Amino acid sequence: MKVKVKTEGLEKSFGDNHVLKGIDIEITEGEVVCVIGPSGSGKSTFLRCLNKLEEASAGKIIIDDYDITDKKTNINKVRENIGMVFQHFNLFPHKTVRENVMLAPVTLKKATKAQAAQRADELLKRVGILDKGDAYPDELSGGQKQRVAIARSLAMNPDIMLFDEPTSALDPEMVGEVLDTMKELAAQGMTMIVVTHEMGFAREVSDRVVFMDGGYIIEEGTPDAIINHPQEARTQDFLSKVL
Amino acid sequence: MDFGRVFKEALPILLNGLGVTVGIALISIFAGMILGLISCLFGMSKVKVLKGISAVYIWIIRGTPMIVQAFLVFFAIPQLIQLINPSFRLEAFTAGCITLSLNAGAYMSEIFRAGIQAIDKGQMEAARSLGLSKGQAMRKIILPQAFKISIPPMVNQFIITVKDTSILSVIGLAEIVNRAKQYVGKTYQFFATYILVAVFYLIVISVLMVISKFVEKKFSYESQGKNRRA
Repeated sequence: MKVKVKTEGLEKSFGDNHVLKGIDIEITEGEVVCVIGPSGSGKSTFLRCLNKLEEASAGKIIIDDYDITDKKTNINKVRENIGMVFQHFNLFPHKTVRENVMLAPVTLKKATKAQAAQRADELLKRVGILDKGDAYPDELSGGQKQRVAIARSLAMNPDIMLFDEPTSALDPEMVGEVLDTMKELAAQGMTMIVVTHEMGFAREVSDRVVFMDGGYIIEEGTPDAIINHPQEARTQDFLSKVL
Repeated sequence: MDFGRVFKEALPILLNGLGVTVGIALISIFAGMILGLISCLFGMSKVKVLKGISAVYIWIIRGTPMIVQAFLVFFAIPQLIQLINPSFRLEAFTAGCITLSLNAGAYMSEIFRAGIQAIDKGQMEAARSLGLSKGQAMRKIILPQAFKISIPPMVNQFIITVKDTSILSVIGLAEIVNRAKQYVGKTYQFFATYILVAVFYLIVISVLMVISKFVEKKFSYESQGKNRRA
């Protein structure tokens, strides 16, 4: 299996605040990895380092053979291959749903407007909101917004998807529709890294669960091993509070 | 208080002055917007020199009254240039345009900066995560949204600029207040003349407000209600 994401001794500090203290991980093609851990453990920062929304302070990050910690790497090109879904959706409010999905392919000249519109409708159909193509983001529910955000990040045909707590800002009854969309993506073989508090999703969908705390990976393994039979005291303590 | 007489005698003079007022205001609003955008981008740039230019410009304009700026542009700076080029002359209209544009530009710069900073940083992150460059993200995502929220304070500044043209009467610009003063000096028809002047300003600014409401509507993010959430 091809390695899609690899970090070596990844560290990140914000001023005096040492958030990541050396992360080593390898993620292979088609793998679904859930990152869990208490707030402030660095899991979102870790995810954001992977597409250089945060710049690593030390260590190496290799995405698809590109070293993105190397200043010479064109990060914009690498990012085309990495979709990202945010906790607060970050849809573009001045564009319609369809335009949100079309924006990147058209701006980056990967498709004509007509091609991008057709592709947008395919993606919107896939996430189940084709009828909202002409609506503006403010006219959608939270769950619908997040599904549009997923469609938008798929528009560039990425082969890695990063999810930063995609259901944390949703009303409880809307969590399911977003998780279902993500499950479908996983089933189609997408490489996914998901920072989440949804233990059910982690257990059911992920190939591997990574538990982070205090800037380190404390323990990782199959969902069964980590969620049902954690070895480390900190993992046990965390899971006893969330399960 | 002879309205009939003032209407007959002063109206053509005042309309003439109104033309100058509106002309100089339009030129200065347009130039001020461009200056403001440049100054704003300079101010947010990482290059220290550009940042400094923008900061000093805004500092000087905001820190001095416009009447002093008008005197500096019309009298003081030409005197300096005449040391080198004795035949140099600056028209009151040109000096007025320069003063008012510089003035409007500094305030516009701050309005644009506030607009850009009001955009959630998640917008830039989302755009960058899709592979857009910083410039593309700025043009396609940030500036259009910043422009929209800048419309009300911008219109406010437009209105101030229209009214500030009256200050330029001190350098002899033949705008409406200056023309009215001249007419009143000969006829002592204070009441009728200045009421007329006030009405003209009200009309011009009302037109501006109607246009701005229309622009604001055009920039709203809604699909004519049919997809409105209940």
